[in-house]
Amino acid sequence: MSKLDLTRRGVIKSGAVAGAGLALPTIFTASSAAAYVNEPTGSTVTLGFNVPQTGPYADEGADELRAYMLAVEHLNGEGDGGMLNTFSSKALKGNGILGKKVEYVTGDTQTKPDAARASARSMIEKDGAVMITGGSSSGVAVAVQALCQEAGIIFMAGLTHSNDTTGKDKKANGFRHFFNSYMSGAALAPILADRYGKDRKAYHLTADYNWGYTTEEAVRTSTEAMGWETVAAVKTPLAQTDFSSYVAPVLNSGADVLVLNHYGGNMVNSLTSAVQFGLRAAQANGKNFEIVVPLYSRLMAKGAGKNVAGIFGSTNWHWSLENVAGARYAGTNAFVKSFGEKYGFPPSQAAHTTYCQTLLYADACERAGTFNPCGVGQALEGFEFDGLGNGPTLYRAEDHQCFKDVLVVKGNENPTSDFDLLEIVDVTPAAAVTYDASIFGGELGSCNPGA
Amino acid sequence: MDQIILQILNGLDKGSAYALIALGLTLIFGTLGVVNFAHGALFMLGAFCAVTLNRILSLSHTVIDETKKDFLGNPLKVEVPYVQGWFGESTGQAIIDWSVPLAILFTIPVMIAIGVIMERGLIKHFYKRPHADQILVTFGLAIVLQEIVKYYFGANQIPMNAPQAFFGSFDFGAMIGMEPGAIIYPYWRIIYFCFAAVLVGGVLAFLQFTTFGMVVRAGMADRETVGLLGINIDRRFTIMFGIAAAVAGLAGVMYTPINPPNYHMGMDFLVISFVVVVVGGMGSLPGAILAGLLLGILESFASMRQIIELLPGINQVVIYLAAIVILLTRPRGLMGRKGVMED
Repeated sequence: MSKLDLTRRGVIKSGAVAGAGLALPTIFTASSAAAYVNEPTGSTVTLGFNVPQTGPYADEGADELRAYMLAVEHLNGEGDGGMLNTFSSKALKGNGILGKKVEYVTGDTQTKPDAARASARSMIEKDGAVMITGGSSSGVAVAVQALCQEAGIIFMAGLTHSNDTTGKDKKANGFRHFFNSYMSGAALAPILADRYGKDRKAYHLTADYNWGYTTEEAVRTSTEAMGWETVAAVKTPLAQTDFSSYVAPVLNSGADVLVLNHYGGNMVNSLTSAVQFGLRAAQANGKNFEIVVPLYSRLMAKGAGKNVAGIFGSTNWHWSLENVAGARYAGTNAFVKSFGEKYGFPPSQAAHTTYCQTLLYADACERAGTFNPCGVGQALEGFEFDGLGNGPTLYRAEDHQCFKDVLVVKGNENPTSDFDLLEIVDVTPAAAVTYDASIFGGELGSCNPGA
Repeated sequence: MDQIILQILNGLDKGSAYALIALGLTLIFGTLGVVNFAHGALFMLGAFCAVTLNRILSLSHTVIDETKKDFLGNPLKVEVPYVQGWFGESTGQAIIDWSVPLAILFTIPVMIAIGVIMERGLIKHFYKRPHADQILVTFGLAIVLQEIVKYYFGANQIPMNAPQAFFGSFDFGAMIGMEPGAIIYPYWRIIYFCFAAVLVGGVLAFLQFTTFGMVVRAGMADRETVGLLGINIDRRFTIMFGIAAAVAGLAGVMYTPINPPNYHMGMDFLVISFVVVVVGGMGSLPGAILAGLLLGILESFASMRQIIELLPGINQVVIYLAAIVILLTRPRGLMGRKGVMED
């Protein structure tokens, strides 16, 4: 009869060896098959372009989609390469991303947060999209960014201007190339003070939603710091179409500047009303009455027609930037040529930012050597680059916001075409629009790979 | 005082747009008994008649201007309208400049035709169906129409200008003996109000003083008896649908210089116009006009900074609050008749 020699030390040793043996395959499985959500396993990788294809911003969404398709062409080595030729990072080789051909699916945000989340979810769950990008509204961007954080997907924001996107609502998986309300205020204020003087009284009409509030606050803070006084700030309903009852009292309010914190249809209608009511030609406090539109978009300017003439605003990028301001903005002409030859007209700022975001994501994957959102996020954080049309740019690690020069523009008095409605007045250096990442609150949290 | 007069003026011109759309809605409801949710789309189609005429008048040939460059650095292609070639530059430009008033002539036959086709082709099949069915089918039609317009004209707003002679504003205050600059008001908004007054007066006079109008009024009061007298009341009601469509369309045409049109503009007016009809009293033409002006003025006053500071958010709900109060005190609306929509 054999003797079973059990000792305490022997049991612990045997248990540890057996436990490690059993656990080993599980660790391998976890790291290889479910490292992150929608890990591409074949020869292709799918990106999800979530843009407004219906609703009031459908034209802007269509321009974003054109830019995305152009970016995919260039990533796959087709076409003339566009800004791949001028981009300071040379990680992208025109052979897709990490050797995988880029494919894409599209969703329709309808400029509604619920619809945008539903379409993003569908692209993630059904189509296996490894990255979601797009949008023409801050409400949509914040909603989709939160979804992507939960799902473990990288979100590369499109046109979203509210401070909150990379402020109080920022997420580790979300990144924004577009500028924000704070930057608009900081860029505009010195130019306004220079052109209109420091003794001005401003009347704000503000769209009654998140973006309107942050824009009003940014412009007020910046202009008041320059010596302007804010006479009144009136919130206008987002659904308002006729602004006459809001505009009519402005002339007799003691103000000599009207700031329209409106975007899209609101901007077109309020500006049209202001011009109809003679504010452009009026005098107040012994000065010419002036109108300011903090955020300009060429597509919106087209809707307002000749009413934009002479009115100041800010913009993230303009197709004439390299010709007007020089080689610092290299990439602009390459992109305009690619886009213009393919589609027959110059790209909008919405198209530019979405094209850049696609290239920046692809480049980060190449540099990180993975599609894992945590690796991609790490590659984007603190990334300094150039050659994408805005001059030297930093993707700040603390809030995932890009910092670059901001354009101050003015409605063209004598446009030669529908694309020539805005002219660049000045370019404010990035240093002048940079702020402390903590001022808008919020926490990035930690990156979520989703698995 | 100047602020009060200013807001009354504002309310009148805003209310005149509500009244015009509500008038058409009431005509259709009063004659055919149909609750037409596509009426806002007719307003939008009228606006796009003006856009279409402007584009027709602006049809151009291309001239290469070697002295200027386009965005790609190629010689600039300049579009020169044919009308400038035919009538000379200044006359041609003046014709394009007056495209909105000219569109009135273009819009009347187009909108009457659209109204008649809509009524004969779709809506007549729903006369005996419940109001809920009528609302569903006309709302669906409105969505189809706006998507068609969006397909051809895009989602962005399209700038349309008043003729240069009526561009800008004038000193209304000085005209009525107030201090100069106290009330500055745009020319076109005054024109819009006057146009609405003429149009409303014309429709009411047509119904009141013509034989056709008399028959229609008789049909509105008692359709069966008029039919028993051997009068084809259906044909007259179809024509009234066409006229109501034309009224909505003309309201849309003249509205284009006030707000650049887009495919969604009809929906923006639809809900408020129904509130106007209900407040005015279902089926009452004078009620629709009165309620339109009244609610327009109320909305204007509620948008004043001093009022918003006192009652935040009042500008967004004032029309609906007024509707609740009026319907609680006068359940049939301001000038509603007994028996209408009470079965």
